[in-house]
Amino acid sequence: MLKRVVLSLLVANALSTAAFAEEPKSGGVINAVIQPEPPGLMVGLVQNGPTQMVAGNIYEGLLRYSPKLEPLPGLAESWSVSEDGKIYTFKLRKGVTWHDNKPFTSADVAFSIDFLKQTHPRARGNLAQLDKVETPDDYTVVFTLKQPFGPFLGIFEVGSLPMIPKHIYEGTDYKTNPTNNTPIGTGPFMFKEWQKGSFIRLVKNPNYYIKGLPHLDEIYWHVIPDAAARAVAFETGKVDVLPGGSVENFDVPRLTKLKNVCVTGAGWEFFSPHSWLWLNNRQGPTANKKFRQALMYAIDRNFAKDVIWNGLAKVATGPSASTIKYYTDKVTTYDYDPAKAKALLKEAGYKGEKVRLLPLPYGETWQRWAEAVKQNLQDVGINVEMIATDVPGWNQKVSDWDYDIAFTYLYQYGDPALGVGRNYISSQISKGSPFNNVEGYSNPEIDQLFADGATAFPDSKREDIYLKAQKILTDDVPVAWQLELQFPTITRCNVKNLVTTAIGVNDGFRDAWLDK
Amino acid sequence: MLAFIAQRLAKAVVVLLAIVAFNFTLIRMAPGDPAMVMAGEAGASDQIFVTQLREKFGLDQPLPVQLYRYVKGIVTLDLGFSFRQQMPVAKLIAERLPATLLLTVTAFVISLLLGILFGTLAARFAGTWADTAITILALIFYATPLFWVALMAILLFSVSMDWLPSFGYETVGANYTGFAHVLDVGAHLILPATTMGLFFMATYARMTRASMLEVKRHDFVKTARAKGLRDAVIQRRHVLRNALLPVVTLAGLQAGTLVGGAVLTETVFAWPGIGRLMYEALLQRDYNLLLGVFVVCSAMVLAFNLITDLIYRAVDPRIEFAS
Repeated sequence: MLKRVVLSLLVANALSTAAFAEEPKSGGVINAVIQPEPPGLMVGLVQNGPTQMVAGNIYEGLLRYSPKLEPLPGLAESWSVSEDGKIYTFKLRKGVTWHDNKPFTSADVAFSIDFLKQTHPRARGNLAQLDKVETPDDYTVVFTLKQPFGPFLGIFEVGSLPMIPKHIYEGTDYKTNPTNNTPIGTGPFMFKEWQKGSFIRLVKNPNYYIKGLPHLDEIYWHVIPDAAARAVAFETGKVDVLPGGSVENFDVPRLTKLKNVCVTGAGWEFFSPHSWLWLNNRQGPTANKKFRQALMYAIDRNFAKDVIWNGLAKVATGPSASTIKYYTDKVTTYDYDPAKAKALLKEAGYKGEKVRLLPLPYGETWQRWAEAVKQNLQDVGINVEMIATDVPGWNQKVSDWDYDIAFTYLYQYGDPALGVGRNYISSQISKGSPFNNVEGYSNPEIDQLFADGATAFPDSKREDIYLKAQKILTDDVPVAWQLELQFPTITRCNVKNLVTTAIGVNDGFRDAWLDK
Repeated sequence: MLAFIAQRLAKAVVVLLAIVAFNFTLIRMAPGDPAMVMAGEAGASDQIFVTQLREKFGLDQPLPVQLYRYVKGIVTLDLGFSFRQQMPVAKLIAERLPATLLLTVTAFVISLLLGILFGTLAARFAGTWADTAITILALIFYATPLFWVALMAILLFSVSMDWLPSFGYETVGANYTGFAHVLDVGAHLILPATTMGLFFMATYARMTRASMLEVKRHDFVKTARAKGLRDAVIQRRHVLRNALLPVVTLAGLQAGTLVGGAVLTETVFAWPGIGRLMYEALLQRDYNLLLGVFVVCSAMVLAFNLITDLIYRAVDPRIEFAS
């Protein structure tokens, strides 16, 4: 079998050279903010954002990803793909140990796959095309797929497919295993202490397999529930790192103007948070395509970008974020044009029926955004009623399709097969999840395109398919795309090399150092 | 007196169980459940995931069965398991209770002592500039929202002056021990305890002033004065003691809410107490944890109501226990 070897060591070396242009210094403690407090740190069992942000230091995946989403070595040092795109062979690093000094081997990889299929809904979906996992030796893992699956090399970051220690979890009840409270991984930092409600403390892994890493001695993750208090904690120097989303947007310009403060929007390329308005395609005015198109013209998305998000966003052109694979902007575009919106509403036969708008209850920024959109819609004559909810209420209403228009944002995971298709294909129409085809859009052509796109091989075929899908969707406007969001990471400028990969702070502080 | 206490305790158990049943029903009427919240936080979920969670938490059972199981647990002093925190509720509450008690008891003592002191001074010097100043300040503290006072205090004492820490219970990573630790916790306590205490201090001051001015007009005060007693003795022994009954009532009510009443203060100052635990449990629909905190708060209210009744007897011997 002829193999197409995709070794990324050169890429990794190039990145390392760039990143280490300054000579890193060893030692020091970083204080960061984590919000909300994670329910647990065992990332195989708990998949929320704060869990990954802390646990990304403790656990690792087989691969990491560059900001351009190219795979980089993680626990796997090299990998190859068979010519038919169905067999992926990973060579693992040698000399890697778990935090309890037991060796990390291919048996752990095979076990992790079984584990995550049971506990991790996203991994379960990503592994749907996996036929079998073989471990011919301790450092080789062979994944055989039922059919080619284009994004397969994109599913191995630490949050999507973390490696779980077989010797600790095999034969136990995963959810009640006591190690869940003192997690054991292979990562650069080890769990030390968690004072609930106050802080989580991680310490350097002295046996980390990359010589000289990590540079830092300790990381403290502080739990500060109030956004204003988090901003003050940074302002007064009590914390050094505010990961994306830690403070309200209107505080960002003020904080970034402080002395010795640096900010970056990088580190979200893999997740590519994409915001839109769910439009209920089943009933009411939003069931009418012309009404939905009118909404796109009625909303001033540049205002939201510049004022609500302080420029830390990009106007979305369609279902895919510009940072993920196969994105195109050669689609129908919808510039702010209230007159055109009014004309379309007339064509749609809209008679002033009440439309319920559900803001996302994630704080002041989202509330202000909803108010701006409400104003835009009222300006073109749409009768809008804002419905207030808290997070559980929002989840319930959206999952039960009990809304007309609802704000949301979702991650896209680097590939349309992983994070875009789920929101538009008919098989994903089912109550009980706020992440699937909540709007109820159904188009057999789109279903076929996304089915073909996931399994087409090689990449050039996939590209054609997804370009076509984006064109159809932007014509149909099943949802009203708003902004590609950027969650700025704010740090003291002496915190160096913190964001180096496509998942930024979520990939841990492995390469970070303090310029004392 | 023992019969009175026994009777009140028996009534308290019945009231507590009624509160549990009421709260249990009320929280389940709110939209969303813990399985939906946890699925929401996962960033991706499917029906299998949600169903697994509901089975695990027993939420797939009919409501009366869930209520029966919960009440059965309460009777055996088992507050259940927190869905989200993956820990027994009793353990979680026990972990957070000391921090809350430290904060609220400090705030309570500050507010009570200063409130009575300022109220007494205002009454003693009624109509003077001192009375006016105290009354105006009390009115300001009474009318200002707690979260605003908290944020302004942080801005002034933490950001501008850098005198006091703005968040937390202690300096994380400093590893102070002994007296240094006490001082460190004390420094962290000043802002939240004072902020929390200001409102109640204002209440006590106003109440004490009004009550003392009322008592001062009574004949027995005139008699005491006619007997030639010193003014300080009259104020302390005759006026203040008789004026304290409404203050005791108010303090009793406040003391009952000590455990659960610090939600805002604990949130703004990142104080790791029960108020925050309750707030987070509500947002996450962590039913068992929320109900557990409610049970503890309700028990505290009932206990302090009883204690208040007993203190009445001590303050005013004319009050008798009706058994």
